Amino acid sequence: MTAIVGPNGSGKSTLLRLIGGLLAPDSGHISVGGRMVTGPGPHIGICFQEPRLLPWRGVQDNIALPMELAGVPADERRARARELIDLVGLAGFDQARPHQLSGGMRQRAALARALALRPSVLLLDEPFSALDALTRERLDEELQALWAQTATTIVLVTHDIPEACFLADRVLVLSARPGRVVADIPVAQGRPRRREDPAASQAASAVRAALERSGTPVAEVAA
Amino acid sequence: MTRQRDAGQPGRGPTRLRDMALVLGAAVIFLVGWKLIVIIGGYPAFILPAPEVVGERFLRAWAQGVIAPHAVTTLAEITLGFVTGAGLAVMAGYALARSRLAERVLSPYLVAAQATPILALAPLIALWFGSGLTSKVLICALIVFFPVAVSTMVGIRSVDAGLLELGRSLRATRWQVVTRLEVPAALPQILGGMRVGVTLAVVGAIVGEWAGGDRGLGVLINLARGSLFDIPLMFATLLTIALIGLSLYLIVVIVERRLVGAGW
Repeated sequence: MTAIVGPNGSGKSTLLRLIGGLLAPDSGHISVGGRMVTGPGPHIGICFQEPRLLPWRGVQDNIALPMELAGVPADERRARARELIDLVGLAGFDQARPHQLSGGMRQRAALARALALRPSVLLLDEPFSALDALTRERLDEELQALWAQTATTIVLVTHDIPEACFLADRVLVLSARPGRVVADIPVAQGRPRRREDPAASQAASAVRAALERSGTPVAEVAA
Repeated sequence: MTRQRDAGQPGRGPTRLRDMALVLGAAVIFLVGWKLIVIIGGYPAFILPAPEVVGERFLRAWAQGVIAPHAVTTLAEITLGFVTGAGLAVMAGYALARSRLAERVLSPYLVAAQATPILALAPLIALWFGSGLTSKVLICALIVFFPVAVSTMVGIRSVDAGLLELGRSLRATRWQVVTRLEVPAALPQILGGMRVGVTLAVVGAIVGEWAGGDRGLGVLINLARGSLFDIPLMFATLLTIALIGLSLYLIVVIVERRLVGAGW
């Protein structure tokens, strides 16, 4: 799991959209698993900052959307959606509409949808940034568990340094305009992790130092 | 899970009773007011018949089968005209929303057609397409077109860009984007335009019948007023037209409730 940290406007989300094939690079190329990215593909799942659920569909049908668009048969879709509902802890809310769910539950559903086609790479664009701190911490922990279960490569964009260091094995630090990778900080720590682990706070200090060296006030990234 | 209580939501005991009482009260006030005007003004039945006279004529005309064949004709015109007009309007509205070229080329004609009074166009259409079903369907379709096309355009344009990006990330085809994302997302607006459109379709059918025709509620109004000089029958026909408009409007509202759902 890799995290990308940087201030607003450093191009974190742009980088994620490049990896996901939603944007084309002006120069150079992006490759994922040895394959060039030329457009969105089924091996990449994306979870956006907002849940982007279809308000007229229940949770199960929302999660099944990628499979529906890919032409997966209905019964297979249903089975997989059920499985994912359990995985993200939304059991019992299969038919609930997004407006009936809390922000955290909506983001769980969005996460499940991103996993629907069993992607080998999961791109997360500040998925929990709109949630309150308590919900965010809980979802961070669940994401860690999920990552262990699904064995998916995760690229997480965030402006939350502790979150990045808690979740990632590697934290890439981007500077403000122009967006450049100014540091590549490994987080040496086994799993499952806990928030208080010293390795995480060490990594967090290293990230902050790297940001300061690049001339970005750390306050802008959120401590 | 808790659901917020919505005061306007139907089907909740006391609220529903109160709503029904209000509806009934308004109807009583309307009828009493009508009756009072007749009494105070001392109008004879051939100027303004009293509500009970109209009611009696309405029931008798239906029982004798005077109204039914005309109503069936008019209803057929409305239905065909609405379906044709609204169907084309949804497609045109989509094109207007997604193509600048389509907007530039089509919108002047759309606005001009809307600004031209249908009353003036109807005789022309009757002249070109005869006094049969075609001309009425055409007039209905024409009058329905504008509100549905505009509301579709607005609805499609206001679809969240995030949903479209989601569609791209899932490699949705053009058709999938239209049917799974854009149209469902714009449905509340599209159906809002249809609510307006369906009531206009009733007007269109009557106007079309006036411009030329031998059957339909519009024709019956002319007959009742002219050769029969049966003003209560004319009012009974008006009542039928109003009830048709009301029922069609309710059908659109019910479809809207079913498709769009509460708290959407």
